[in-house]
Amino acid sequence: MTTPVLGCPGAPVRPLLAVDALTVHFHRRTGLLGSHREVVQAVSGVSLAIGHKETLGLVGESGCGKTTLARAVLRLVEKVSGSVRFDGQDLHSLAPGELRRMRRRLQIVFQDPHASLNPRMTIGAAIREGLTIHKLAEGAAADRRVRELLEEVGLSANAADGYPHEFSGGQRQRAGIARALAVEPELVVCDEPVSALDVSVQAQVLNLLMDLQARRGLSYLFISHDLAVVRHVAPRVAVMYLGRVVEEGPAEELYARPRHPYTQALLSAVPVPDPLTKRPRIVLRGDPPSPVNPPSGCPFHPRCQHPAKDEACRTVRPELEERAPGLRTACHKG
Amino acid sequence: MSDSRDAPSPGETPGAGGAAPGAPLLEIADLRVTFATGDGVARAVDGVDLAVQAGETVGLVGESGCGKSVTALAMLRLVEHPGHIAHGSRVRFEGRDLLALADRDIRAVRGNHLALIFQEPATALNPVLTVGSQIAEVIRTHQHGSRTEAKRHAVEMLRTVGIPDAEQRADSYAHQLSGGMRQRVLIAIALACRPHLVIADEPTTALDVTIQAEILELLDGLQRQMGMAVLLITHNLGLVAERTRRVYVMYAGQIVEEAGTEALFAAPLHPYTQGLMAAVPRLDQLRERLAAIPGQVPPATAWPGGCRFHPRCPFAWDRCRSEMPPLLDAGEGRKARCWLVEDEAHRGTDAPAHRGTDAPAHRNQHGEGGGAQ
Repeated sequence: MTTPVLGCPGAPVRPLLAVDALTVHFHRRTGLLGSHREVVQAVSGVSLAIGHKETLGLVGESGCGKTTLARAVLRLVEKVSGSVRFDGQDLHSLAPGELRRMRRRLQIVFQDPHASLNPRMTIGAAIREGLTIHKLAEGAAADRRVRELLEEVGLSANAADGYPHEFSGGQRQRAGIARALAVEPELVVCDEPVSALDVSVQAQVLNLLMDLQARRGLSYLFISHDLAVVRHVAPRVAVMYLGRVVEEGPAEELYARPRHPYTQALLSAVPVPDPLTKRPRIVLRGDPPSPVNPPSGCPFHPRCQHPAKDEACRTVRPELEERAPGLRTACHKG
Repeated sequence: MSDSRDAPSPGETPGAGGAAPGAPLLEIADLRVTFATGDGVARAVDGVDLAVQAGETVGLVGESGCGKSVTALAMLRLVEHPGHIAHGSRVRFEGRDLLALADRDIRAVRGNHLALIFQEPATALNPVLTVGSQIAEVIRTHQHGSRTEAKRHAVEMLRTVGIPDAEQRADSYAHQLSGGMRQRVLIAIALACRPHLVIADEPTTALDVTIQAEILELLDGLQRQMGMAVLLITHNLGLVAERTRRVYVMYAGQIVEEAGTEALFAAPLHPYTQGLMAAVPRLDQLRERLAAIPGQVPPATAWPGGCRFHPRCPFAWDRCRSEMPPLLDAGEGRKARCWLVEDEAHRGTDAPAHRGTDAPAHRNQHGEGGGAQ
């Protein structure tokens, strides 16, 4: 399943999801009384592919565009250019009716289950909603399906009668997962699904997501700022910085031998829970630049500490190029 | 040139100034904080003993709701209604019981010799005052001096915490700064009066990991320079491993384990600590499956009887359900609130029939002794 395509080994041959040169902008009003209008270049020319039953991890820090990318994949926001193909069809050119039918096959799990669970709706009703909209089950059959789904995610069947606020964060996240699974999706976008949870509960939810993938053959786009969590769930990982993928490839290679100076700094900054581990740390100076006015050339160049940094880094935008089997890096020097 | 450096070793704390050896800078004994809630009384902090020596970096680690932040607030007497610090709780700092001080006197301690760095830089700063004047205010509260002198000192502090163009930045407001810059300002405020102890409550949790690394490196350098002690409160085991020399692990309002950092990570004694360590995904080792701790933290209004961890503990037996273990001495400066420790200890010497001999009479009464001396 992981043989070369588009000169990119490691990427799936016939991907379920293929994002190609996707660009998404936001318009934002700033200044006194919103008199000033500016364009946030949230996602700039991102290409990604996810195969059947595969997990692609997407890591990056706040403001790197990872959540916007997730939303554009589901066409919850519109693109400026590029395409998002799901099973061969471009989601951004589908008519509303077709898009609605297609949405059954792509679902999302949010960081905060409050975003997907209506506080005035019981957990059971929230799960049932998808079944009704997509005409998958009704009446007693729907009730039975809701109970099965709740049990599948490790909740008791009578959780169906409870409201979201009656549950703990971990339980709510399980309910959010059950709601996403109700319509039998093929791809689930997980946007920081465990970031709001304590570690003991986080492990429960990560294990659940991995069990569900094995059982149902799901594909995941798994987005997180936590590099260790992504390492745990994703065999292939993409690193985003300022709206662009700067490095992408097999997790093993990317974590062991990152080529991009940003990936190197990011990995070195993660504290490891072992007091005997001594790792050299690359401490970056300064904050990431604003996506309203990204730097010319390599987006990372103002903070980059590569000793060979030169004029090319400041003026020429580096493209993703293969540097090791399957590992693509956008760096003139990496 | 790539500017890399070794992570500081956990033993690397600055030479302590002042305090006589053995007398802790901070000593908390039997601290109890309750909150009256609609569901009954929440015993958020329930008999905490904790000590910090001068110059030392100590970790206080636990998950949300374990009481670690309330412990920090209680030390500074910042617990607000409906919270209540119980009689009999003691917080000794530099020889004085902070809980017994008059309001005026506690204000003189706060922000002066004892400073707090909060978790949320966005809300901890005053939005309508410039950051420079907020630092100057702290300086003028504790040190007599002119307005201009305080202003100059404030700019100097901004420079110390690595804020570029400190002179101009002193005139900016919190909303004009990034999260990392705001956290630097909070550090500048906390360190302005050269405190002897800084309580850092999740100081980098709201920040991205590269900014976190930058801030912690800064804090580390300043600590070495000024020789202050730090109590680092966090949920992040990585930070604890990297930054502290000793650790307290908190669960359900109580300290459940106390140990040197290296010893704790080499061999955690309490099943909760063991569970936490096994549950964390790690960069340095690939785990097939995470060992999740079953269930969840009970609410503070309904701590389970017996050992508070017993409903989630894989080793629990009858005694754990009926008797709360005290913080038991496990040797080599280690303590754990678990009957297994007693079992281990006795296994070495005499085997049978020790049950009940040194058990506390009633499970939910008192501090269970065994606090750090």
